Amino acid sequence: MLKINNLHAGIDDNEILNGINLEVNAGEVHAIMGPNGSGKSTLAAVIAGKEEYEITEGSVVLDGEDLEDQAPEERAHKGIFLSFQYPVEIPGVSVTNFIRTAINETRKAKGLEDMPANQMLKLIREKAELLDIDRKFLSRSLNEGFSGGEKKRNEIFQLAMLEPKLAILDETDSGLDIDALRIVANGVNKLKSKDNAVIVITHYQRLLDYIVPDFVHVLHEGKIVKSGDKELAHELEDKGYDWIKNGATV
Amino acid sequence: MDLKDKLVSSFMAFENNVDVEHPVHDIRSEAIKNFEEKGFPTKKEEAWKYTSLKGLQKIDFSIFPKEVNALGYKDVKKFFLHEIESYKIVFIDGIYSSFFSETTHDGVDICLMSAALTKPMYKQVIDVYFNKIASKDESLTTLNTAFSREGAYIYIPKNKMPKKPIEILHFSTGNEASLMLQPRSLVVVEENAEVQIIERYQSLTTNEVLTNSVTEIFAAENAIVDYYKVQNDVKTASLIDNTYINQKSKSVVKVHTFSFGGKLTRNNLNFYQNGEHIDSTMKGVTILGYKQHVDHHTLVHHIEPNCESHQDYKGIYGENSTGVFNGKIIVDKIAQKTNAFQQNNNILVSDKATINTKPQLEIFADDVKCSHGCTIGQLDEDALFYLQSRGIPKKEARALLMYAFANNVLESVRIPVLKSRINRLIAEKLGVRLGFDL
Repeated sequence: MLKINNLHAGIDDNEILNGINLEVNAGEVHAIMGPNGSGKSTLAAVIAGKEEYEITEGSVVLDGEDLEDQAPEERAHKGIFLSFQYPVEIPGVSVTNFIRTAINETRKAKGLEDMPANQMLKLIREKAELLDIDRKFLSRSLNEGFSGGEKKRNEIFQLAMLEPKLAILDETDSGLDIDALRIVANGVNKLKSKDNAVIVITHYQRLLDYIVPDFVHVLHEGKIVKSGDKELAHELEDKGYDWIKNGATV
Repeated sequence: MDLKDKLVSSFMAFENNVDVEHPVHDIRSEAIKNFEEKGFPTKKEEAWKYTSLKGLQKIDFSIFPKEVNALGYKDVKKFFLHEIESYKIVFIDGIYSSFFSETTHDGVDICLMSAALTKPMYKQVIDVYFNKIASKDESLTTLNTAFSREGAYIYIPKNKMPKKPIEILHFSTGNEASLMLQPRSLVVVEENAEVQIIERYQSLTTNEVLTNSVTEIFAAENAIVDYYKVQNDVKTASLIDNTYINQKSKSVVKVHTFSFGGKLTRNNLNFYQNGEHIDSTMKGVTILGYKQHVDHHTLVHHIEPNCESHQDYKGIYGENSTGVFNGKIIVDKIAQKTNAFQQNNNILVSDKATINTKPQLEIFADDVKCSHGCTIGQLDEDALFYLQSRGIPKKEARALLMYAFANNVLESVRIPVLKSRINRLIAEKLGVRLGFDL
């Protein structure tokens, strides 16, 4: 589904990613771990198409199509979803209206009519229930005054509504207490299928107890320095990142 | 003949139609002298540096409408906030329309200035309030005073509140090739009384219209006044709005100005705080395009201690539009513990649009909190990326962010039907499709 080949990318001549290779297939869950500043969030932003990042070498390919010249919305229409570490507050636009706009714009891009209002409402109720979100929450302004947990839950709600092919969860666990973490992880697990894939970006192993990865990759200085199965995450939790940092130069 | 000469010479004709023996006429005569002396303000004056009235003065405006033009309900229906749930004072080409109006004398007076200025029963109120807070030397205000005859008259006695909001609507029909209107209104809200007013000027054709209005508002102790100005006129309609507000202790007055249309709009909004623990709030949303021009000039004069003022103006300027925000705050020496806040945030959508923003603080007291800030900016790139990453194309994402930026000001609108109306108007102006809420 997603193929990242020798990806070099950065911002303002400052190279952050130094040759990343990664292949994600349908039905898989990949975890990307690494110390602060290793390039985790940059990788997420580059896949989602944030304009200020420039690809200097290599490619990001989704279903055989190079994404380099595609705007973030085009990538979204093709099924890429990024759950933000810091979701943006948009006063005056309700959660419902926002998601409705997102869904209908995606449908429009595919040549489909707007989703009928009753169908939309039904879908919203269904997904809200899945994530234990109450109705009052949905009429609030998007992310405005939301707690950290509410913001993340709202991200996953959007994920549930948009049903992407590839979901990238960027530090979704940060700022969550254990109950919120469980709800969010549970939501993600229920949405998983053999047709979609998930990339979980995290600093800590704790989220991976709930969203169990098939593969774990360790990112350091813009490169994947180690890959393995879920045991690697436990190893990192026990030993910290130092052994990776030291070993990476070998 | 230029417009000034035409106005001055029309005063004699005007005198044939009013009671020159009435004491108010002395005020008018004084006022025309002042205007004759001063004339229209020019760009040489600091307060008019960015707004030129030159173009308007070249137009051969009719000073008095020739005849009453009948309108059908269907022509104006959409401009009313509500068919039944509001009192209405409606003018067509400056002339009162009893057909469209719903006035009342049931415990409160919601009626006409022409009645108030002539009938003995209103004399006491007129003596105490008429032209008491309006400037006696600002030339456009004195011009209006000279020709003051018609407008809205609202008197809310102690402890009263009208059952529903009041709409003041001025329609112009294009009956004249070009028409100048000078409505004069008076709003008196006594102790513990409350009122909600919505004001709108609306031209129904593309003939030139110039309105030079003066509204005096008096809020007594503990009074609450919500005043909403809906400015969404056609591209050939210009408005010079002069609003003067006098507040006594513990009164709360909020003025919302929604400027979405017109050719040239100048809002002179003046607050005088004559008491303690007063709250004055000014909010504005301006969304312009084309060659439209809006100039917001606010003044808050903190005369006594322990008062607050809040100003929050937001502007979105596209195409060749121009905007001005000039916010003057005066804090007198005895006005300690004043809290005065002023904020003016703007987004320029086009390279050709301009905004001039200027805070003007004159603070003579030493124990005060005053803050002001103005920004002229672009949209937040991170927010844009967030929206795009959800599949919303850049153009729509920008519109949605501008909508969020402007819509924020609506939180303090206390009339739900007005709030949703303005909300829809903002969405329409910015090309945002609004859906439903749960």
